[in-house]
Amino acid sequence: MGVEGIGARVVRKEDKRFITGKGRYVDDIKLTGMTHAHFIRSPHAHAKVKKIDSSAALKMPGVIAVLNGQQLVDDKVGNLICGWAITSKDGSPMKMGAWPAMAPETVRFVGQAVAVVIAESKNLARDAAEAVVVDYEELPAVADIHAAIKSGAPQLHPEAPGNQVYDWVIGDEGAADAAFAKAANVVKLDVTNNRLAPNAMEPRAAIADYDAAEEHFTLYTTSQNPHVARLVLSAFYNIAPEHKLRVIAPDVGGGFGSKIFIYPEEMVALWASKKVGRPVKWTGDRTEAFLTDAHGRDHVTHAEMAFDAQNKILGLKVKTYANFGAYMSLFSSSVPTYLYATLLSGQYNIPAIHAEVIGVYTNTTPVDAYRGAGRPEASYLIERLMETAARQLKVDPAQLRRTNFITQFPHQTPVIMAYDTGDFNASLDAAMKAIDYAGFPARKAKAKADGKLRGIGVSCYIEACGIAPSKAVGSLGAGVGLWESAEVRVNPVGTIEILTGSHSHGQGHETTFCQLVAERLGIPISQVSIVHGDTDKVQFGMGTYGSRSAAVGLTAILKAMEKMESKAKKIAAHALEASEADIVIENGEFKVTGTDKAIALPMVALAAYTAHNLPDGMEPGLKESAFYDPTNFTFPAGTYICELEVDPGTGKTSFVNFVAADDFGRLINPMIVEGQVHGGLVQGIGQALLEHAIYDANGQPVTASFMDYAMPRADDVPSFNLSHTTTLCPGNPLGIKGCGEAGAIGASAAVINAITDAIGKNNLEMPATPDRVWRTIHAA
Amino acid sequence: MSTVKLTVNGKAVAVDVEDRTLLVHVLRDHLNLTGTHVGCDTSQCGACVVHVDGRAVKSCTMLAGQADGASITTIEGIAKGDELHPMQAAFRDNHGLQCGYCTPGMIMSAIDIVHRHGGQLDEATVRSELEGNICRCTGYHNIVKAVLDAAGRMKVSQAAE
Repeated sequence: MGVEGIGARVVRKEDKRFITGKGRYVDDIKLTGMTHAHFIRSPHAHAKVKKIDSSAALKMPGVIAVLNGQQLVDDKVGNLICGWAITSKDGSPMKMGAWPAMAPETVRFVGQAVAVVIAESKNLARDAAEAVVVDYEELPAVADIHAAIKSGAPQLHPEAPGNQVYDWVIGDEGAADAAFAKAANVVKLDVTNNRLAPNAMEPRAAIADYDAAEEHFTLYTTSQNPHVARLVLSAFYNIAPEHKLRVIAPDVGGGFGSKIFIYPEEMVALWASKKVGRPVKWTGDRTEAFLTDAHGRDHVTHAEMAFDAQNKILGLKVKTYANFGAYMSLFSSSVPTYLYATLLSGQYNIPAIHAEVIGVYTNTTPVDAYRGAGRPEASYLIERLMETAARQLKVDPAQLRRTNFITQFPHQTPVIMAYDTGDFNASLDAAMKAIDYAGFPARKAKAKADGKLRGIGVSCYIEACGIAPSKAVGSLGAGVGLWESAEVRVNPVGTIEILTGSHSHGQGHETTFCQLVAERLGIPISQVSIVHGDTDKVQFGMGTYGSRSAAVGLTAILKAMEKMESKAKKIAAHALEASEADIVIENGEFKVTGTDKAIALPMVALAAYTAHNLPDGMEPGLKESAFYDPTNFTFPAGTYICELEVDPGTGKTSFVNFVAADDFGRLINPMIVEGQVHGGLVQGIGQALLEHAIYDANGQPVTASFMDYAMPRADDVPSFNLSHTTTLCPGNPLGIKGCGEAGAIGASAAVINAITDAIGKNNLEMPATPDRVWRTIHAA
Repeated sequence: MSTVKLTVNGKAVAVDVEDRTLLVHVLRDHLNLTGTHVGCDTSQCGACVVHVDGRAVKSCTMLAGQADGASITTIEGIAKGDELHPMQAAFRDNHGLQCGYCTPGMIMSAIDIVHRHGGQLDEATVRSELEGNICRCTGYHNIVKAVLDAAGRMKVSQAAE
């Protein structure tokens, strides 16, 4: 490894602009003649839109237009789509309720847009929005899963009787029944996985700019995947053909999944820009983020696990209700199915699994992928079950896991996934050592003497990342391929531009992707630039989510690099009058091995572009591209152990120690990997202790600001003790598994296992607020 | 409309604004100092923190008119040319930022924390003092490290002056 190569803790290239205030986020961009949009949103969870009276607003100063959903219909703008088709167990397709970008007839969640004001300034647009009178006829609403599936419940969509999206199954029910029939012990658990608001710190924003002369649109937007946005806007929403739409995602202030999806506001901004003939800007405020950014999680699950007399797992049965909110968001259908139930084997040998997932519509904000997306729900369920089983079977929780670990690879689970590699004992050992697991009973006793309840909680997570092999996901209903593309451009002076379809919104690609180039060519990363986030510059790409950018995106860059290097070696061999096979690349030079003959990269590049003396038949230039489609998912895994104290007088939890031992395969930049883990852990801890997007029974959101929704703050969370155990991923040449979601997937079970250990009661829902913990301690 | 006179990053400016205009919008929209961000509507997140007469203030919670006559320092004004402020350098060196959106507010708050506490900073104090700045990316671990690191650097650079 060189000083800036793979494995080096290189400080980030992108940081300088962020720490000096020179980042360029969508809301920082101003276009000449730009107008401002403000959406008029439903205050009701369910209502008919009887009439929209814009007459007073249109007379107000600075107002250019007030547009509504009927005009979208008239202009044949398409409804929002869901891009992953799920089939119910009876063979029927999932039940899709129509989702227009602005509702012409019926609103189904608080915050759904019905109209938009376009004005000369943001304030004038807001003022005018106050003067638009919308006449609603309120309808009965339902916000809760249990209420929504009752007979007689208010119905959201005529297409979906009983508010059911689908009733989907996976696994072998007969095999699971047989396993339970011979069980020595059965462990049962009911868990709720609380609804979360993603809350990237940068609110979503869009600027649409229509050029009438060229009939061309440009969209600046807060997107994790600008090419997918362009594809969907073109192919399904009838906004513009792809070659007449440029999508730019500049600096994006966090995503966590919520900026994967194409939302009504971007569509409306594009459409409105053409209508008013000027650029249109919309920047969401935080309450709009709470109301309209796709939420995460929101499952209700009953699970049972069967054990034999030696505490080996025989089988698992799971029934989950997943709340999708009022409409099916872009990838929502896949989250509680193929991203959740396929991970229900956890790190364990489970011979038989059967899971049923029932998707439910409610009058709430749509739910879709949020950091981890399905895998946190699976991991939380399995790790709560293992802890519950250890308590019921009266065995050490770490030992129970060890007894059931998968140790032979590859391992085919009963729920599709084929784990390629791992060493689950190694990460458990590392975490137990780091936290001094053996010394815990003594620490617990001492804490008790001080009046504190001390607990320890283990969580052994596994996830499927590197999303995803296109053929595999296609066979499961995905509407897209999930490969990645890359292009390597060596300029005539030898500097390099890497164009990638991955998108960085905090992950540090501008540094880590350069490290691969530095590793291979031995040049400083200052000689390399990463280009991303612009459909006019990058040929195509699927974007960043599912911990895929290193495992898939970087591998695409590697493939393009190999092609470029092969051509460059031919040029060097020709110039040095040597055999191509004898050329090696070191420290930015192409050398004839075993001699002192060498030619520097800039000279090779220059030769490629002057084309004065190239090998016969060779095309000029030095630029190569590649598409890389993974052959399998990757399987990051690890153990988190949390030690904490609960004050029995207040129910307040205080962290004592939190250790993480992760296996991510090869690390490109350990500093950045650690940062990803820290952030994920705090999102997991946030779910366990603080965060909950709450609706009242009528569908009114109770938590629509940072005053009401408890975001983790610096004094809520501990510092972390991280370590890595490594098994290289055999599925990609760099051996990378991915690290972006692990913390959020594994942390919440560790925290709840620790609190329930401390208080000696097993049933405790998230978020474990002091009030809830105190009540659980003192419940009869 | 009122004319508001400010000294921003050492430069005198006068802007005509509606009376309801917030300081953050003067900075972003009128002066093109877009390093100061807006992350919430309720004075909770701290992405908009600037220094007003040397004190950390959430610029989304101050009317521009209230700042009339004040000296404002923003994230764009703390480096000396190419020489980063020690807090900026510490955030970079400790990987105290990811998406960068909360970072300007974090850095401006952190400088104020160090000024107020001098050499008396420890992890618990930093965590308690950062309660008004929300970050969704870093989990705070490296931000806390950066602030403690910078506190040491700032002491050294003060001693050198």
